[in-house]
Amino acid sequence: MAAVAMTVNGKAVSGDVDPRTLLVQYLRDTLRLTGTHVACDTSQCGACVVHLGGEAIKSCTILAVQCQGADILTIEGLANGAELHPMQAAFREHHGLQCGFCTPGMIMTAVDMVRRLGHELDDHTIREELEGNLCRCTGYHNIVKSIAAGARAMAPGAGGEPLRVAAE
Amino acid sequence: MAATTTGVGARVQRLEDKRFITGRGRYTDDIERPGQLHAYFLRSPHAHARIQAIDTEAARAAPGVAAVYTGRDIKKFVPTSDDLTEEDIGGLICGWMIHSKDGSPMKGSAHPALARDTVRYVGDHVAVVVAETLRQAQDAAELIAVSYDLLEPVTDTATAQHEGQAEVHQGIARNTVFEWELGDRAATDQAFARAAHVTRLTFTNNRLVPNPMEPRAAIGEYDPGEEQFTLHTTSQNPHVARLILSAFVGLAPEHKLRVIAPDVGGGFGSKIFVYAEEVVCLWAARRLKRPVRWASERTEAFLCDAHGRDHVTTAELATDRDGTILGLRVKTVANLGAYLSTFASSVPTYLYATLLSGQYAIPAIHAEVDAVYTNTAPVDAYRGAGRPEATFVVERLVEVCARELGMDPVAFRRKNFVTSFPHQTPVIMTYDAGDYDAAMVKALEMADIAGLPERKRRSAAAGKLRGVGYSAYIEACGIAPSQAVGSLGAGVGLWESAEVRVNPTGNIEVLTGSHSHGQGHETTFAQLVCERLGVPIDTVKIVHGDTDKVQFGMGTYGSRSGAVGMSALSKALDKIVAKGRKVAGHVLEASEGDIEFKDGRFQVAGTDKALGFADMALQAYIAHKFNGSELEPGLKEGAFWDPTNFTFPAGVHICEIEIDPETGTSRIDRWTAVDDFGRVINPMIVEGQVHGGIAQGIGQALLEGARYDPSGQLVTASFMDYTMPRAGDLPDFALGLTVTDCPSNPLGMKGCGEAGAIAAPPAVVNALTDALGHEHVTMPATPEVIWRAVRHRSLPMAAE
Repeated sequence: MAAVAMTVNGKAVSGDVDPRTLLVQYLRDTLRLTGTHVACDTSQCGACVVHLGGEAIKSCTILAVQCQGADILTIEGLANGAELHPMQAAFREHHGLQCGFCTPGMIMTAVDMVRRLGHELDDHTIREELEGNLCRCTGYHNIVKSIAAGARAMAPGAGGEPLRVAAE
Repeated sequence: MAATTTGVGARVQRLEDKRFITGRGRYTDDIERPGQLHAYFLRSPHAHARIQAIDTEAARAAPGVAAVYTGRDIKKFVPTSDDLTEEDIGGLICGWMIHSKDGSPMKGSAHPALARDTVRYVGDHVAVVVAETLRQAQDAAELIAVSYDLLEPVTDTATAQHEGQAEVHQGIARNTVFEWELGDRAATDQAFARAAHVTRLTFTNNRLVPNPMEPRAAIGEYDPGEEQFTLHTTSQNPHVARLILSAFVGLAPEHKLRVIAPDVGGGFGSKIFVYAEEVVCLWAARRLKRPVRWASERTEAFLCDAHGRDHVTTAELATDRDGTILGLRVKTVANLGAYLSTFASSVPTYLYATLLSGQYAIPAIHAEVDAVYTNTAPVDAYRGAGRPEATFVVERLVEVCARELGMDPVAFRRKNFVTSFPHQTPVIMTYDAGDYDAAMVKALEMADIAGLPERKRRSAAAGKLRGVGYSAYIEACGIAPSQAVGSLGAGVGLWESAEVRVNPTGNIEVLTGSHSHGQGHETTFAQLVCERLGVPIDTVKIVHGDTDKVQFGMGTYGSRSGAVGMSALSKALDKIVAKGRKVAGHVLEASEGDIEFKDGRFQVAGTDKALGFADMALQAYIAHKFNGSELEPGLKEGAFWDPTNFTFPAGVHICEIEIDPETGTSRIDRWTAVDDFGRVINPMIVEGQVHGGIAQGIGQALLEGARYDPSGQLVTASFMDYTMPRAGDLPDFALGLTVTDCPSNPLGMKGCGEAGAIAAPPAVVNALTDALGHEHVTMPATPEVIWRAVRHRSLPMAAE
């Protein structure tokens, strides 16, 4: 067993884990944060995307022990209390989800996309940026619309909350 | 009242979304049970082999292992005891009987949950390890030694019946499940004899893997005190699962088995069926008296979830000189894999050949379908289930026929459209309503077909090939009525149930036998309640997916939840209103006949005496004013709805594609879909269903193909090898609707869930072949296929 300590959704967590435990397994099985999903074995689907130090990563592709001291944000920590994050609200408003299984990863990817590329995202850019996220329900049409709208809503002064930028 | 913004026809944002966008959905694998054990399945690495011996001793002794079971261990329990009998538990059955042309029943036997002596596909279940942790179970499974005696595998659909092929099941000659036919052979032969032109095509409808994003999962539990079983599972139809597990597998009596399908992350057909892992987890939970859980890895899903399609077809269309269709002849070999999955036999028969008339008046049709066993995963319903295969046959034939006759493919279609209803086809179906020309006219306009020549010219100037392809599809949805499907071989009825419970405070719980796994029932069903009862939408809760709550239901597949499930709800709501009138009559001291119900109020006609819906509900429960009448207190009504016919959604999809002849890459430039789904409850949700269906249809046409090599290894068993449609592969979709009411249900609804997957593949292939100038392209039309197809054209030109 190996000791690990990190911050998840603003809370300090620590414990002993089997060294081969993936971050996604630690989040789901140990911390019981089950909003982060697993939909493949090959890091293709993006259902497990979380933020590490403000950047999107696939939590199936990193060991929990590699996250020692890291600041992790999962879908459960994205909303500001009862107030939805603008990207979450955009997915609902534009019907960007159906079964909901890929949705947490999509939203976490989308927020990171805005952080990197700004608030005016064209459809082509969004589609290219979704290379690492699979959805089987929506045909992506409404996901693209949701992300474009969510990106605009995240702009300071757009009524949404200001973008949380990781300390660089 | 709220009905205008939340009633039928409104774009209501989904009520279920909040939990999904905040990470609080509750899928099967999110559920943890106290004392749970983890199951890991050892699967066959061989496509076809006899099991000589299995040595599980080392695995049993491994750390954390509670038990290791093989097919020889899974026996029935002695009733009222924990002991086992000598009798094997039942296998996984196929619930639809098909008879061959000679009257003989289809051939096959149930699929054992764990293999007893022979494995018949890669991934077939050999043993299960149950341990304290998943890692311990996985580690121990590596210690199981199985010696196999390898047998010759059969993997190819087209040649599975050939002389010299091995037998997948000993004694089933030519690997033939059935040789079935539909239609009038003699009349069809006569039509071809007098035809001026015959178009003939041979093609493969490529094998697909459904791949809902949530992999399957199951948690079996047993309460020894209550002798009660519980199964959490990823099912589209938990009551059907319970029925099969109880009546056929023989694990538990129906009233002692609760099946819960909580949030389910997509299904597309693959979660209709009962699978071995569900059986084993339940059985092991009873044996070990602890919860036993399992979750599929993606590769296991590729290997073991039921696949879709996999037909090899030769089809001919006979026309007269002016392009009037005279007859259609189809011969299909359908691969059903190694065992018959739950509804496998119905897919290439009654869900396929009955749709071969398409949108056209075809006087004579004859279809022959041979179903074959191969050493591959079972094949069953996948989004569209038989109807995409039928539509591909019809829409490729009419397109190619028009081209051969030198006619405009649109004009050819319009000339042959069915125009009067009801229309009896030669293949069972009676189309009840539609306006096929209206959809075509609207689609042509939306797609700006008038501007196509200019766009083609511009593409050519840029060194590209541009093509347009049409697909005028029809499907049969709302799979029903029970009497009809029973006569065709179904082992079940295909009605639906609903129960409306109004609480004393006036809020409402609706229990439905339909199951939502992405379709948004928690919203659309509530919209119907709002519309009919005039109540605020936030006072309505939709309950589904739990056999202890919902009395019975047939579940969700075949685009049936609206047409059948909501019709049952409509009928139950009628009863609520009828009872409400009685209650209001007593309270308002008026005769029941004088009570009008409108906008959520029961009013005495011509007066201002009225009772709001919630007040009526309270009165129904306190019953102070019933005065000893026969009126029962309370307010709860249920209904079962069995439709009078299938529904027939139809429409036109137009694909415009551009090919780069140098690289073989293709880009869909525009997609236009005009669909007639009858009445629509929530256009936003309907559009989402169409988008998703089109994406899966484009996936079939351009990207997806499950491939077994000759040794029976699935070489496309991960997302790295099997191309799922990604956002960058797809265009925006332009959608439109035409509406003809469906006369077969009270809501006029037809169903929208499968339309895109049915319509899209021939639209893409017709567009590609239009661009290429010849018909030689196969699905999936990957860049390599297209690159070769471009050169196929240039070769004869070079020889000239």
